[in-house]
Amino acid sequence: MLFRYLLILLILSPLKAFALIEVDITRGNLNPLPVAVSPLSIDEKSKSNFEKILKKKDLGSEISAVVENNLRQSGLFNPLNKNAFLQKPDIANLKPRFEDWNLIKAQALITGKVTFVDEKLRVEFRLWDVLAGKEMMALAFTTVPSNWRRVGHIITDKVYERLTGENGYFDTRIIYVSEEGSKTNRIKKLAIMDQDGFNNKFLTLGNELVLTPRFSPTNQMVTYLSYFRNLPRVYLLDIETGMQEVVGDFPGMTFAPRFSPDGKKIIMSFAQDGNSDIYTMDLENRIVERITNHPSIDTSPSYSPNGKYITFNSDRSGYQQIYVMNSSGKNVKRISFGNGLYGTPVWSPRGDLIAFTKLHKGKFYIGVMRTDGTGERLLTENFYQEAPSWSPNGRVLIFYRETKTNSKGEGFSAKLWSIDLTGYNEKMVGTETDASDPSWSSLLTN
Amino acid sequence: MNRNIVISFGFHILLVIITAMSLPFLAKKPIDLPPIISVELIQITDKTNIPFAPKAKKIIEKVKEKEKKKKIVSEQAPPKMVKKEKQDAIPLPDEKIKKIKEIKEEKQNPEKVETEMKQVSEFEKKDLFDPNSIAALIDKSKVDTALTKEKTDKITQDQDKSIDFGGLSLSEEDALKAQIFGCWSIPLGLPYNENLLVRIKLQLKPDGSIIRSEILDHARMNRPGQGFYKVLAESALRAIKLCQPLRVPSTGHEKWKELQLNFDAREMLEG
Repeated sequence: MLFRYLLILLILSPLKAFALIEVDITRGNLNPLPVAVSPLSIDEKSKSNFEKILKKKDLGSEISAVVENNLRQSGLFNPLNKNAFLQKPDIANLKPRFEDWNLIKAQALITGKVTFVDEKLRVEFRLWDVLAGKEMMALAFTTVPSNWRRVGHIITDKVYERLTGENGYFDTRIIYVSEEGSKTNRIKKLAIMDQDGFNNKFLTLGNELVLTPRFSPTNQMVTYLSYFRNLPRVYLLDIETGMQEVVGDFPGMTFAPRFSPDGKKIIMSFAQDGNSDIYTMDLENRIVERITNHPSIDTSPSYSPNGKYITFNSDRSGYQQIYVMNSSGKNVKRISFGNGLYGTPVWSPRGDLIAFTKLHKGKFYIGVMRTDGTGERLLTENFYQEAPSWSPNGRVLIFYRETKTNSKGEGFSAKLWSIDLTGYNEKMVGTETDASDPSWSSLLTN
Repeated sequence: MNRNIVISFGFHILLVIITAMSLPFLAKKPIDLPPIISVELIQITDKTNIPFAPKAKKIIEKVKEKEKKKKIVSEQAPPKMVKKEKQDAIPLPDEKIKKIKEIKEEKQNPEKVETEMKQVSEFEKKDLFDPNSIAALIDKSKVDTALTKEKTDKITQDQDKSIDFGGLSLSEEDALKAQIFGCWSIPLGLPYNENLLVRIKLQLKPDGSIIRSEILDHARMNRPGQGFYKVLAESALRAIKLCQPLRVPSTGHEKWKELQLNFDAREMLEG
């Protein structure tokens, strides 16, 4: 009898073990993460060397300012005011006093050191978790001194990746069409700049009209539309050598070019006798392949990141809508069904979304939808805006926006804008001149 | 011989039945509750958290003095009589609490997340805000509150006892959640189609400060292709550290001295 009671007691006893309380945390805040970017420390000798070469008084502070600006512009971080920092940069880089950084509510801390070694710039940086009181990352870079801004961008990419879980997009460049002059007499040049607007360079002289420049995934080639013998034609330009050539020997006009994800092909529209279809051209053997064959206008093709699918816009349903098909041109499916006209579809580098421009009731919208057309979200609305281009991590979209002219024909401008995928952090991207048709490069350091 | 086999067989059957009955997950029955936004429940617990009324306190102290020679009452354990009052005030069984909590998560959170994550252009913001719907929402909350009351009234004394093992009440849990929601900065770049659950076991002091924290799936951090998990786990640990001392009940330390927080970012990231 006693044995039975003991047995029953033994079986029932695990009930108590289920008493551990569990609480599900399914929500958090999306506030920018407070981060302290301490100026990078620099010794006096290195300081004077860099001052001679770069005309910068304190290169450590300059690089940390690049990092700080990048983090702030992303909208995901809140760099704290340097005046509140209690610890000196050189000591903070060796051993941060976490209590001090905790006091100013920093959750992450970036410290570092700049030195002049063998005529080169050496930058080391450390990322600290202030709350856990531990180092999260430590890296060092050596390069020519003139590359100091890029070092700042690379540091930001590393910090961004470590704290958000996705690749950064700061060590990148943007190619765009620079515009000058009155609206009726615009001079358009190809221009390239860092993603933060610095190091702007013009790639063409402005003698010919240029449109829709697109970066190659390899970053050295750009394809764009310009005029050849008064016909719009697709060009290929090597940024490093400055060499350019017309793509293919088409009897009609070619436009809306874009590279395939491996950079080996160009996909574009070719128009003849009022009908335009989508074609690809292999850049190695110059073989041209027709992808669509329909009496409607098919244009703005864009590959999926795995190269298996193509999205494009077509008016085959009577109105301009977005379609998706296999890269061979089969299985064409319409994916946009909302009110209005849809155009310029661009596949996200992540592969899960397609960005587009929408025209509805006289207003232009930049939006995203899933690749099957569901989940359409309009991110921003304006009088005139179009041509979205993805950042290489698929987090940010850059596009251009034009303003209305007044009754006297004044006040027209075209500027680049960027917006986060969530619809937040809409910002104008500073350019020296008016700008349109931006295209974001992939990361320069892969 | 046969008799022994029959007895043995019978005994084994009995064992199986006892085992089955003692396993709590088998005893749980699915409860079909309507979606409830439990505003009223928070007030109930607030009442239970109020220290004894001065009059009642005097009576209890008198009783205590009388029984002092017989019993030793620890400072933290509330007097037996009062403990019963508390149970009456929150007559929700363990399962019901959990079910209500789950339903609330489903109904409330996605709506809130959508307004934050989805659309921010001015024209859609206007669409999202409909002043006329406020009255309807107030009416709905009244109906929900009434339903909650009706449900809680039906709960029996037997079910009531199970709350001793159930841990935090709904409002205590809500208070803790609300505190951690504010501290957790979700890393926005995580792949939302992956498993984004981080389970952290905590050992807590009576004041809610943390003695020890342990990531339960620690090994996952080092698995290939799971780099995002490390980022997520670190963000969860930061949230706990930022929040401490945690907003835990002022009594019943034994009950919650060990606590497991399940951080799941998927709902927020899916938008």
